[in-house]
Amino acid sequence: MNSPFVGDSVNEPVLLKNYRPDRAATFDEYRAGGGYEALTSVVREGSPEQLKEVIKASGLRGRGGAGFPTGTKWNAVRRDAPFPRYAVSNGDEMEPGTFKDRVLIGTDPHLLIEGLVLAAYAVSAEKGFMFIRPSYEQDAQVLERELAAARDAGFLGKNILGSDFSFDVTIHRSGGRYICGEVSAQIQAIEGKRPHPQKGGPFETERGVWGLPTLMNNVETLACVPHIVRNGPAWFKGLAKSESGAGTKLYCVTGMVNQPGCFELPIGTRLSAIIDEHAGGMKPGTRFKTCLPGGASTRYLTAEHYNVEMDFDTMREVGHRLGTAAVIVFDENTCLVASTLNLMEFFARESCGWCTPCREGLPFIRDLLWRIENGEGKDAYIPMLREMARHMSKAYCAFAPGAASPVESLLTDFEDEVREHISQRKCPFRS
Amino acid sequence: MLEERVRKALQDRISATDHPRELAVDVMYRLQQDHGYLSDERLIEGASLLGMTPLELEEIATFYNFIYREPVGKFIIHACDGLLCWMFGQERMIDYLCTTLGVRIGETTSDGLFTIVPTACIGDCDHAPSMLINGVRYGSLTPERIDEILHKLKTEYCELALCR
Repeated sequence: MNSPFVGDSVNEPVLLKNYRPDRAATFDEYRAGGGYEALTSVVREGSPEQLKEVIKASGLRGRGGAGFPTGTKWNAVRRDAPFPRYAVSNGDEMEPGTFKDRVLIGTDPHLLIEGLVLAAYAVSAEKGFMFIRPSYEQDAQVLERELAAARDAGFLGKNILGSDFSFDVTIHRSGGRYICGEVSAQIQAIEGKRPHPQKGGPFETERGVWGLPTLMNNVETLACVPHIVRNGPAWFKGLAKSESGAGTKLYCVTGMVNQPGCFELPIGTRLSAIIDEHAGGMKPGTRFKTCLPGGASTRYLTAEHYNVEMDFDTMREVGHRLGTAAVIVFDENTCLVASTLNLMEFFARESCGWCTPCREGLPFIRDLLWRIENGEGKDAYIPMLREMARHMSKAYCAFAPGAASPVESLLTDFEDEVREHISQRKCPFRS
Repeated sequence: MLEERVRKALQDRISATDHPRELAVDVMYRLQQDHGYLSDERLIEGASLLGMTPLELEEIATFYNFIYREPVGKFIIHACDGLLCWMFGQERMIDYLCTTLGVRIGETTSDGLFTIVPTACIGDCDHAPSMLINGVRYGSLTPERIDEILHKLKTEYCELALCR
């Protein structure tokens, strides 16, 4: 990975301040930089209510893709809710193009551990899971080792720092499937059931793991928490470049840029700055055509919005989603029919198969795209694709509408390119 | 048959938890470690240890990408076919792997060492094209680098990772 660095308005990296090219920061190194000070002060002097107020006031929003206000989620666990309660860090990161959680864990595992213990304190949870995908097995082993170090030092386990607050965490290794990143599916996975998403019932903050209140947050979200506690909500808000934003954001930039990598920048940094200044600009001899701004489940963003501020609200204002802020950059010579076909191979394979629109619709879309890419397309396929993509909104969970996003924008913003495939009876990008 | 030592270790872990099913994936990983895959016999034993029916465990086993219900090689090559790896020549790399090892996707080499399976994005996109072998990431692949990696795995002792 290229060394992450922070842009102009923030002087120092926050989440990645302990970044080293070759290994994760140790317990002692984390402590030396003020690590576990937040937990110590909260457990000794603060109440769960105060902690929740601070997080709410900070404006922190979930970094897993949905951007839900973290303080609101934490407050959704009622004070009189039953025990035991669970706190879970979601490290299932499987959105194509996204690897920020891997970078974060590989940089500073204790930042995640402290964040999760603080989250547990806020909702009086006593059991915790760190859900992690099998492709991150190396990182799971790092976490396992560092959890032991935190436990030895009294920051985890029974009576943390001599208080009456007890909380312990186990690593929950996933068997590997994209849908496990979805909250309700992940709860099923933890319970050792086939992880189909559930809906219609109460939120997981009311009935989660084993029917008990469960607070689940993304790895990056939790990593923000110790910093907010130590430096205050106003400081956190001040890190942002966008007016409505708060904090820094880990932007993964990949594709046709000179320096792909994970960059910690003020949230709301302009897309143009992310690509041109931080990711080293487009590769020599290439021109920006489009990007997927927030992973595979977002729409293609065209040059028209090249200057957009990359934050939740600012993206929505121009009809896009920040998603995981994984910016995948395409140049003029990359075929978008072929790239969308690749995405549909992924989504069709990873669909859990529970509901019909997703299970049947995605392979149908994939097959039509395959025909178009391979010179067997017909004009009639375009309305068929549009209709099938529209049907994805009828699926059981957010997986299928996410999968439909690049297809819909391919047909809207790059219809000419699709039609060219059909009229030439071949992919115009292939010689 | 499951070794007594392994059974005892699993039983100890299972009895220490309030909800044995939480350990279903971990138990399957352990059971497939010795022979590389989860045989019918082991699936049945695992289910009984966990207090589940074999069908309930099978339901999960067949859902996950990293649990193998059929024999596989000592090394499982998860060749990433995600978007970024595709952009940077993953098809050529998978072809090269198949040609070099003399197998097709999903097959195991005759010496029982390697199985190639395609996999969803492994989150190594800044080093595309990339692959995982027994849980270890190998990025920035070129034919030369693939030769080196395969040679090293064939000739040197290698600790097997848990998730493979």
